[in-house]
Amino acid sequence: MSTLSTEKLVFECETGNYHTFCPISCVAWLYQKIEDSFFLVIGTKTCGYFLQNALGVMIFAEPRYAMAELEEGDIAAQLNDYKELKRLCLQIKQDRNPSVIFWIGTCTTEIIKMDLEGIAPGLEKEIGIPIVVARANGLDYAFTQGEDTVLAAMVQRCPSSDTQPPRRVDKAQETFVENLFKWSRQLTKPTPTVSKQHPPLVLFGSLPGPVVTQLTRELQKQGIHVAGWLPAQRYSELPKLGKDVYVCGVNPYLSRTATTLIRRHKCTLISAPFPIGPDGTRAWVEKICKVFDITPIGLEEREASIWAGLEDYLELVRGKSVFFMGDNLLEISLARFLIRCGMIVYEVGIPYMDRRFQCEELALLEQTCRDMDVPMPRIVEKPDNYHQVQRIREFQPDLAITGMAHANPLEARGINTKWSVEFTFAQIHGFTNARDILELVTRPLRRNHSLRDLGWTYLVKNNEGVTSNLDNV
Amino acid sequence: MKLCYWMYAGPAHIGTLRVASSFKNVHAIMHAPLGDDYFNVMRSMLERERDFTPVTASIVDRHVLARGSQEKVVDNITRKDKEDQPDLILLTPTCTSSILQEDLPNFVNRAAMETSADVLLADVNHYRVNELQAADRTFEQVVRFYVDKQQGTSIPKTVRPSVNILGMFTLGFHNQHDTRELRRLLNDVGIDVNMVIPEGCSVHALKNVPKAWVNIVPYREVGLMAAEYLQTVWDMPYTRTIPMGLVDIAAFIRELFDKLKAVQGAHRELAESALLSDAAVTTYIDQQTRFVSQSAWFSRSIDCQNLTGKKVVVFGDATHAAAMTKILAREMGVRVVCAGTYCKHEGNWFREQVVNYCDEILVTEDHTQVGDLIARVEPAAIFGTQMERHIGKRLDIPCGVISAPVHIQNFPLGFRPFLGYEGTNQIADLVYNSFTLGMEDHLLEIFGGHDTKEVISKSLSSLDGLVWSPDGLAELQKVPGFVRAKIKRNTEKFAKANGFSEITVDVMYAAKEAAGA
Repeated sequence: MSTLSTEKLVFECETGNYHTFCPISCVAWLYQKIEDSFFLVIGTKTCGYFLQNALGVMIFAEPRYAMAELEEGDIAAQLNDYKELKRLCLQIKQDRNPSVIFWIGTCTTEIIKMDLEGIAPGLEKEIGIPIVVARANGLDYAFTQGEDTVLAAMVQRCPSSDTQPPRRVDKAQETFVENLFKWSRQLTKPTPTVSKQHPPLVLFGSLPGPVVTQLTRELQKQGIHVAGWLPAQRYSELPKLGKDVYVCGVNPYLSRTATTLIRRHKCTLISAPFPIGPDGTRAWVEKICKVFDITPIGLEEREASIWAGLEDYLELVRGKSVFFMGDNLLEISLARFLIRCGMIVYEVGIPYMDRRFQCEELALLEQTCRDMDVPMPRIVEKPDNYHQVQRIREFQPDLAITGMAHANPLEARGINTKWSVEFTFAQIHGFTNARDILELVTRPLRRNHSLRDLGWTYLVKNNEGVTSNLDNV
Repeated sequence: MKLCYWMYAGPAHIGTLRVASSFKNVHAIMHAPLGDDYFNVMRSMLERERDFTPVTASIVDRHVLARGSQEKVVDNITRKDKEDQPDLILLTPTCTSSILQEDLPNFVNRAAMETSADVLLADVNHYRVNELQAADRTFEQVVRFYVDKQQGTSIPKTVRPSVNILGMFTLGFHNQHDTRELRRLLNDVGIDVNMVIPEGCSVHALKNVPKAWVNIVPYREVGLMAAEYLQTVWDMPYTRTIPMGLVDIAAFIRELFDKLKAVQGAHRELAESALLSDAAVTTYIDQQTRFVSQSAWFSRSIDCQNLTGKKVVVFGDATHAAAMTKILAREMGVRVVCAGTYCKHEGNWFREQVVNYCDEILVTEDHTQVGDLIARVEPAAIFGTQMERHIGKRLDIPCGVISAPVHIQNFPLGFRPFLGYEGTNQIADLVYNSFTLGMEDHLLEIFGGHDTKEVISKSLSSLDGLVWSPDGLAELQKVPGFVRAKIKRNTEKFAKANGFSEITVDVMYAAKEAAGA
């Protein structure tokens, strides 16, 4: 393949004409993660329509999020933003009584330069509920980066571990004190395997409850205590941050949060590959251990046993090729894992590539390619979907990981696809969930395997110069 | 600002895109930020579309914000022209471009000089119109653009009587099935379909629009503006009656024939004998009503007797809500306590349509108002959109979905028209099934359910001395409900096989890791 290199990773940048979700979609998982929160998306009907359709049934479950729909009067500044937002927030307070309200700024608030950060502190004082402002707009960010903007804004609210806590509104103060008690209770709980003292470690990235438990216990086995998570189950449980605190990310799209942690709280960032796949998880744990000068115990065996348990799936994927169109920034880690599984990756499309935040992950990807003796994939930042579809036609990969806009049309042309958004919503972190990733990846292969002899792989009328790719497998 | 959890009609550009992507070989380019191309997902998923949706975005990002789009929009238009060779490229403004106030008409003019495709700017304002109004406008705009080119030439009418069907398009509620059913009905009475617009129609074929004798506008929301234009400029009459429900189908057929006759009268070249006689039309309607459609017989049968006076609430777009209200009240003897629509711009028409058939009329875009009303009147059934279905779920009231907004299950593969005679059968089934389910529920409640003995344990696996530790149990509670039982079973099986007597978090995850979890 002419585009694949054997030497080192090739980075390219295309036009940015690609399909992805709007970053405001992060409210979908964040409102579920932070149980006492309310998310107010300040935007237009377009934003509302996207959320309503993308989140489907969640809309009907009385979610803790809503639109502040801007009308013509708001755009023309005939209405006073402060008064309007106050009216809505008071209503939210009365109906839902949240511990925090997140304001999600959108493209429209950017363009009309609505000063959300300026309005929030005054209103916060007036209504007695903390208001966190995050600009998760489509002008600057893609899909999962929405979470990054929210977490970066939350970092600003984390109490400091080395000075007095910053001044807060009354209610937050109370919960903060309550929290201190909880905190000390947690500390007195016996933690069985902690043998050495190490500086406090805070992990950042929103993960479902069970995955948080799994990763926390994984570190505990190495004698590492996780002092806190950002975000925690409740807003009132924000972790303490400061000069002495080490932080480590669990997701590849959190570069802004990492930067804010370093700049605002002077935390030390542990740069590691991300705990996706058994190889990633081991490297992640090892790196944390290394930083704390701990010799990891039993990791190698643990990884081996996980791989052994995956063998039935690995048989299906070995030697098969993958094409990532790119839309959620998990692509590098997933590609690295799939190469380790024995797959060949043609292209890794990715919306945005922070080479500093992902440096360890990229190094592991390179190493993995060498270990598995496969050519290095090319990494295409800001891809152009039209060109990618041309390349998919040319390469005829065994699997294209893509958004829903392209999935059905590609399937109709005989290309197996996996809808990429599922990787964002499924549990994919840690040793325990490696199987779930492969479950997703192999599903189209398994399904189409059972249909392959029926002779109806190619299902569009006008032949566009492509014959069924499965016929010559 | 408005606090809003749900909306019935989408933003304007969705309407424009729906019309654009329904035409054959038309490409829409949105002037929009990243992520606004969600329309492609909806079309690909809901309609299960096999082809790539012909919609791309000319991305508005930080740079555009700072310096304006400059060459970007023009480049994107010319690029698409070369790549796909569409007949028409429709530049689609969004809420973002409404505020940026860039000179989009200028971009269109400049691009049009270089492209072989025609280029148009969709004339819609995000803050003034909603999805349906925008669709209506864009539809009219495209039709006008191509038909106007024929101005001054005389276009002969087709020899045999023929009609255009206006307003059938992508993501419309059961539109594909309705098209097929209308074609069948017209075929039955000896009328040709000249064109169906916009679904599957090439823009270059639009020059043939004036060949038809009459235009049919099956839905109130989309197609009227184009029909008005064609009437004013091309002297083409159009039918306004919605062919849904037995009474209105008959009225529709009569109206259609009246209009066809008028055209025949005005054009001397058209043959006298081409149209069915009045008597034949009456016989057709009578035969269809009494014997082909089962709906008339159904409303007479004792099944339907049980529905007499049952209270229902109807809510949806103007077309479907009005037609359903009339069918329920007039053809089935059901009491419509409240009929409502979210099409505020069609409020007057709607009131006029349903005023004699219901107790109360509600015109609102606020779903909480609809929910509160339903809770207050406690109807035996609801006929509404997906939102009302969920309101019904919460209040334990059955609901039949009769209108957009809809989910994927409202794009059935089987033949499910709402219009025409087969449509009446489908509606009768829908109505009847909604009520019986409600009745069944009620009886079950009165007699205390099916089971007479209390079930002691829901789990089929016995515990055999296994104990769940508190932390294990807590972790199990975190697992989503629908897989919890399975995970519990698998973990217990694993614990037994490996000789654990207490199930802790560790055992739980060890079980998962031990393959096949």
